[in-house]
Amino acid sequence: MAEQANTTLNRRDSRRSKRVLFLTLALLLLGTLALPLTGYLVTGVSSVEAAAAQQDASSNPRADYWREVREGNQGVTTTQGPEAGILIQNGGQNWRQIRQGPVTTYGAIGLGVVILMMVIFHVVVGRAKLETRTGKTITRWSMLDRVLHWYVAILFIILAITGISLLFGREFLIPVLGKEGFAAFAALAKPVHDYLSLFFTAGITIMLLKWIGQNIPNAADVRWILSGGGYFGGKHEPAGFVNGGEKVWYWILFIGSTAMIGSGIFLLFPNLDWTREAMQNANIIHGISGLLVIAGSIGHIYLGTIGNEGTLEGMVTGEVDEQWAKQHHALWYEEVKGSTSSAGGAARPSPAAPHE
Amino acid sequence: MARMKFLCDAERCIECNGCVTACKNEHEVPWGVNRRRVVTLDDGVPGERSISVACMHCTDAPCAAVCPVDCFYTTDDGIVLHDKDLCIGCGYCFYACPFGAPQYPQKEAFGVRGKMDKCTFCAGGPEDDGSAAEFEKYGRNRIAEGKLPICAEMCSTKALLAGDGDMVADIYRERILKRSTRPQTWGWGVAYKADS
Ligand code: HEM
Ligand code: SF4
Ligand code: SF4
Repeated sequence: MAEQANTTLNRRDSRRSKRVLFLTLALLLLGTLALPLTGYLVTGVSSVEAAAAQQDASSNPRADYWREVREGNQGVTTTQGPEAGILIQNGGQNWRQIRQGPVTTYGAIGLGVVILMMVIFHVVVGRAKLETRTGKTITRWSMLDRVLHWYVAILFIILAITGISLLFGREFLIPVLGKEGFAAFAALAKPVHDYLSLFFTAGITIMLLKWIGQNIPNAADVRWILSGGGYFGGKHEPAGFVNGGEKVWYWILFIGSTAMIGSGIFLLFPNLDWTREAMQNANIIHGISGLLVIAGSIGHIYLGTIGNEGTLEGMVTGEVDEQWAKQHHALWYEEVKGSTSSAGGAARPSPAAPHE
Repeated sequence: MARMKFLCDAERCIECNGCVTACKNEHEVPWGVNRRRVVTLDDGVPGERSISVACMHCTDAPCAAVCPVDCFYTTDDGIVLHDKDLCIGCGYCFYACPFGAPQYPQKEAFGVRGKMDKCTFCAGGPEDDGSAAEFEKYGRNRIAEGKLPICAEMCSTKALLAGDGDMVADIYRERILKRSTRPQTWGWGVAYKADS
């Protein structure tokens, strides 16, 4: 008899889990907006109200009772703890399936593909060399810009490595380091990720805000992107201070790190008593946006170092060769030259100024 | 081999919290950590029922699936245990667990939680059976002593059953036949779904 009850339960469960999966996906979309409100939803449904409402609505209190249990309604308990009154929380199983399934699988494949694409790009297209070196340089990045960039970049790399260690370590690092070895590393990686995230948040916020003006897209960017930045033959559409590709990266980083920081807060402060549902959704958003910005950063790092001769020195010394400026940012070069001849010496016009 | 399971008979549970107290005492569980709890639904209205819940020692356990350091293991008796020496206190098992079983000694800013603690079905941990180190980290290992979990042993109405799943189901089946109530193997659909 108990077995019989189990099979009917199972059938009901599988139907229910499909419904719950669908609901969770819908929730993910609403994710960031709705998350802060979920706490109210759960605490709002006090058990007595719910029970009373149910009593009116239907005639079988016992069946209602077990439905309440399965739907994760909050009961009364003397035990103090996060969501202690909830007997069954259904979201965890969906979270597990999404994290251990698509996020981990497609995440790993995605990062692999991006790296492979860079290798293929390097083999096929190769390094964009400077035609000549004039020996004359123009100032491109101020000291403040460079400090911001490297501060954020270093923290980014540490966060990315510690973050993906938590996500993929079990699959990729435990076979190499062993369980003890990996646990020792993870026990360090976790607090490092947790504490450095604050410094990263501060740095990237300032950097993104400081550079937002020069990253507003314009018609020249569209032409630049459509021509593939001149990397694949054809005309190299002239670009302003920031080209179309760099602007795409800026906005990936902007959206990605906003999602990253927003969701990270839910994971970072368990003391704020978020619901498990909020933390499950935050983890998925954090994982996906993390992978997105890591993928973007691989492209950015390749193009900024090996991919283009002379780009790295701009961010290191602040100075670029005039030839580099002509080749990669012709509109900006003309602008600088124009303003130097008229104003005599001001090397770098405000990047916020229109480039056309 | 036995397959250990918990079953709480909601027709019998009187919300005395004896199981909770027995557990805390047996394992000297620290403040703020509750390996077992009793939840009452429909409190104060007709149809009120209470259930005692702890780790259900799931088949294909969600906690074990998500743990970044892979520190869970299932004993031959189907008991889900974890290794506190490996645990990094990330909280993921708590996100995944349907029953809210994983507990943390701390809950502070910057994700500080401390090592996860949960019901062990009174089966200790990876340390030597009955050792001081095992007791300190996981509590008493009653299973190694040939005893069943203290919560079920102490239950005044024998609402809470612990032991081999088949035997527990037999006892429960006998009860529902006698009192002709509908069967409700609470939580089994969620915890042991992968069994069938
Ligand atoms: C470069 C930016 C970042 C990247 C690439 C990144 C990536 C990741 C990844 C991949 C995980 C593991 C997710 C999983 O295992 O499912 C993770 C976890 C986490 N991240 Fe980030 N993250 C970044 C920035 C941040 C920021 C800004 C915050 C906080 C505001 C943050 C807070 C957290 C927290 C709290 C966790 C959970 C780890 C734990 O405490 O157990 N992260 N991150
Ligand atoms: S009840 Fe929770 S902690 Fe226990 S085995 Fe199942 S998922 Fe893991
Ligand atoms: S808190 Fe510990 S046991 Fe739980 S998932 Fe994290 S590392 Fe594993």
